[in-house]
Amino acid sequence: MSLGARHIEQAGIPTVVVGSARDIVEQCGVPRFLFVDFPLGNPCGKPYDTEMQGAIVDLALDLIENAFAPRTTVHAPFVWNEQDDQWRDRFMHVGDDNRSALLEAGEQRRRIQADLKSS
Amino acid sequence: MVSQRRTHRSFVSYIDKSGEYYRAHGYETPYQWAAHDDAPFSSLTKPLSECKVGVVTTSYFLPDGFVYRAPSDLPRLPFVEANESKENLNTKHLSWAKDETHTDDQETYLPLARLQQAVENGRIGSVSDRFYGLPTQFSHRQTEKRDAPRVLEWLQQDEVDVALMVPL
Repeated sequence: MSLGARHIEQAGIPTVVVGSARDIVEQCGVPRFLFVDFPLGNPCGKPYDTEMQGAIVDLALDLIENAFAPRTTVHAPFVWNEQDDQWRDRFMHVGDDNRSALLEAGEQRRRIQADLKSS
Repeated sequence: MVSQRRTHRSFVSYIDKSGEYYRAHGYETPYQWAAHDDAPFSSLTKPLSECKVGVVTTSYFLPDGFVYRAPSDLPRLPFVEANESKENLNTKHLSWAKDETHTDDQETYLPLARLQQAVENGRIGSVSDRFYGLPTQFSHRQTEKRDAPRVLEWLQQDEVDVALMVPL
């Protein structure tokens, strides 16, 4: 998506990326980025929280109006869960508890890919 | 405002995390993420209140009978180029935090109703009748040479002034 934003901006249409993978977007380098520090899946706000969703759209529009240089990031002032920030560690977790299962999943995936290639 | 202290960066590094995750799957060569030192910049040529806004999404339509076998199947999906219902949009095979949340409320990644409110408030001029699919691709080349030019063409056809781009 970040590469797309660069392409579209280059052609003269201002863009704003609204996303939750800060490092990926910033490393690619986009004109404007609204960072929403949530688990991947709901960059435009929590499900059914229309007030928050509206505020996030407003912030994105603010960026369009007010950013004066590329690579402008705004960090939206919302917290996913005040009581539990362990979601950061749970996503794509790798540990002794699942290492062999992940390796097996990888092997299965490579088998499927090899079958697809040969079919 | 609650003041806090932390010993480490709090936001997730998906580059580091996915590298470790796929290494644990037995993939030894890490993914080559796009990286640039510069970025383009275009300014609005008219007030935001007169602008048409278009939304670009990484979600996709899953045709009837489509069997998903592996991530390499996703690029075979038809492009999202919608001016009608978003009911058939799908996020199932994209990588997001499925243990933490859900995408049943499409406004969380395709905020068309919220943008419509912005029209009613006079903040923007209008919302494009279509929304546009830019699939997440393993290949930078596919995005840069095929997918992004296609989305740009649609935006230009629809005279969109501002693109709101939402990766899942």
